[in-house]
Amino acid sequence: MSLDAARLRTLTQEFLAAHPVATTPREEFLSARFDAGLAWVHYPEGLGGLDAPRALQAVVDAELEAAGAPDNDPRRNGIGLGMAAPTVLRYGTDEQKRRFLKPLWVGQEIWCQLFSEPGAGSDLAALGTRAVREGDDWIVNGQKVWTSGAHNSRFAILIARTDPDVPKHRGITYFVCDMTDPGVEVRPLRQITGEAEFNEVFLTDVRIPDAHRLGETGDGWKVAQTTLNNERVAIGGMRIPREGGLIGIVADTWRERPELRTHDLHQRLMTLWVEAEVARLTGERLRQQLVAGHPGPEGAGMKLGFARLNQQISGLELELLGEEGLLYDDWTMRRPEIVDFAGRDAGYRYLRAKGNSIEGGTSEVLLNIVAERVLGLPPEPRTDKDVAWKDLSR
Amino acid sequence: MSTQPDLLYSEDEEALRSAVRDLLTDHCAAPAVLARIEGDEPHDRALWKNLAESMGLAGLLVPEERGGQGASHREAAVVLEELGRAVAPVPYLTSAVIATEALLACVGSEAETLLSALASGRTVGALTVPLSATPGREFTDVRATDSSLTGRVTGVADAAFADVFLVPTPDGLFAVDASADGVTVAPQTSFDPTRPLATVTFEAAAGRLLADTAAPAVRRALRAGAGLLASEQLGLADWLLTETVRYTRERHQFNRPVGSFQALKHRLAQLWLEVVNARATARNAADALATGSDDTDVAVAVAQAYTAPVAVHVAEEALQLHGGIGMTWEHPIHLYLKRAKSSAIALGTVGRHREELAELVDLRAP
Ligand SMILES: Cc1cc2nc3c(=O)[nH]c(=O)nc-3n(C[C@H](O)[C@H](O)[C@H](O)COP(=O)(O)OP(=O)(O)OC[C@H]3O[C@@H](n4cnc5c(N)ncnc54)[C@H](O)[C@@H]3O)c2cc1C
Repeated sequence: MSLDAARLRTLTQEFLAAHPVATTPREEFLSARFDAGLAWVHYPEGLGGLDAPRALQAVVDAELEAAGAPDNDPRRNGIGLGMAAPTVLRYGTDEQKRRFLKPLWVGQEIWCQLFSEPGAGSDLAALGTRAVREGDDWIVNGQKVWTSGAHNSRFAILIARTDPDVPKHRGITYFVCDMTDPGVEVRPLRQITGEAEFNEVFLTDVRIPDAHRLGETGDGWKVAQTTLNNERVAIGGMRIPREGGLIGIVADTWRERPELRTHDLHQRLMTLWVEAEVARLTGERLRQQLVAGHPGPEGAGMKLGFARLNQQISGLELELLGEEGLLYDDWTMRRPEIVDFAGRDAGYRYLRAKGNSIEGGTSEVLLNIVAERVLGLPPEPRTDKDVAWKDLSR
Repeated sequence: MSTQPDLLYSEDEEALRSAVRDLLTDHCAAPAVLARIEGDEPHDRALWKNLAESMGLAGLLVPEERGGQGASHREAAVVLEELGRAVAPVPYLTSAVIATEALLACVGSEAETLLSALASGRTVGALTVPLSATPGREFTDVRATDSSLTGRVTGVADAAFADVFLVPTPDGLFAVDASADGVTVAPQTSFDPTRPLATVTFEAAAGRLLADTAAPAVRRALRAGAGLLASEQLGLADWLLTETVRYTRERHQFNRPVGSFQALKHRLAQLWLEVVNARATARNAADALATGSDDTDVAVAVAQAYTAPVAVHVAEEALQLHGGIGMTWEHPIHLYLKRAKSSAIALGTVGRHREELAELVDLRAP
């Protein structure tokens, strides 16, 4: 029998009765929630889920939120929850799933993503970090870059080259890397906001046991597709209220401080207000499609839209603030745990939003994806398809 | 905010869509529309008869007990999407939506009779206001003296096809038969020949009183018109994008399809994003109108402020990406561009809708 919304609501209420929010310590509550299958209901039983339809997670979340239950602070482990977990679930061995999923979900172990390299960004499959088999281990050497949160992470998803003699997409293998292993060195990379949110990661003779390989040797590109596709799906589940994003911050400033208003700013504010509202509605429509079991291609566009909006709205906000916009809250090089748009000043928002069209795939690359996969336009002519990786020009 | 709007299409709505699309594919091909706009009668009488009478679509917004189909704005929106895709020269928006909504706001036997006549599709009605009118505007062009109407209104859409005019005056809303003494309809040369405009003149024409004050009925009619126009604009943009993607995949230059050049791919992907957004906002407006949501004014203003420029943008890009053929009379793109641009002025410009929105959401101008 498949679970319906009413049954899940009852299960959640029973769970809350057995684990009162007021008296159960946070980690204990989260750990019990995972064991009860209420972490991500679409996962299998025993792995935090109940084999229920994905859309029903909203039912559980609503009940728990109403009860004031602690959440697992998803912003702190975005890469773990959004990208590592679905990949482990799809390609991991039973042992890997049992080992990794629960501490990841509870937030005891934070994950990062060792994909990008100095020579391989948009062209990720060109990566050069080498993994060479030695007995039951792989010896890994190379350099990764822009690794968000590496300084807080216990594990990383890592892709490395295991066969340089075949075309680039075919010689890659996917691993889980223990960030506490000898040979892993994390160096902060300061970014334009002043803080060091991302890092360089140097991998020198790092020993990764073969038991930490995800998927077949040489199949890493396929596995990475799961990771990258899941980056986008994450948006669908959330419901945002009107003025829920950065536009709300600017709108409040406009309302509270009439002395800042000019006609030109008003025109731009209203244009962006409309666009933010429309983006919200598109997100809501996507969510409704998911719930109805007909996911649409809209998700492919959501990240593009939000990146542009965040950049334009935060740019407008600085101008609206006028003289105050000439100041900045704090240039200290901190190594933060999360990206905090709302907790910082307008200047930070403006600068950090610039990353929205680069991180997780640039807007240019996403436009290519929309054009080719959604609209069916012909691909770019390829010069690297049938050439062994080692023979490519770099 | 009230309950979440339903932004999807129901199965019934999809069935309605394919029925309308089939009909339009058979009876409203682009060459026929092109030929028609150069003749004496730009409106397509046979198509209207099919849609309105045979399929019963003119009465979607009218309750069954008042002679209609008892459907809602959600269904009417789907019909308008399809009519937009075909730039169909029929007075659906003006008669089945705007005039019908004005009558729905009136009480009394005169209004009831007219309502069921419009719902049957055998009578075509036109609210006698300029197509550019915004919902909040006052209408004083026509004056009434003891139900005798005198005055002149320019830019009335589909007036040449109308059997009855609903005329707002400072003394109330009146119905005047197009064939009555003292009524003249003079066609104007319209920027959008598929939704032609005309000047309507009343010289002591006999009117029948529908409502003592015209403003509420006119406001309701224009608001529904503006909200559902977004669906027509969506349909238009959707057709243009589909056609342009098809064309750029087929057209070869420099030994490859022009659609494989990234500069074009990115522009087309951008248009796709805009169409996706337009769909969500047009659906939102249709649903708000259908459910009588408290949020309707905001939903309509957002829909018009966003969708109108999107339709124009997609049409302009479609023309450019078709190259020389896009500039010709023989290719239908110009029909779409003309409809898109005139629709961006119809029922309130983007700027007017934004101004209204600023009031509604408490973001006042300096
Ligand atoms: C804040 C932030 C956090 C990040 N976190 C992580 C992380 O945790 N882990 C990780 O692995 N990576 C991370 N990244 C890296 C990110 O994924 C890459 O920066 C991104 O994929 C782009 O690669 P690149 O920087 O090498 O740019 P390049 O690929 O060199 O691109 C340079 C320019 O060329 C354009 N371009 C490239 N190829 C094409 C093409 N085919 N068509 C059109 N234009 C093209 C790009 O859009 C860009 O404008 C992060 C980046 C940022 C900014």
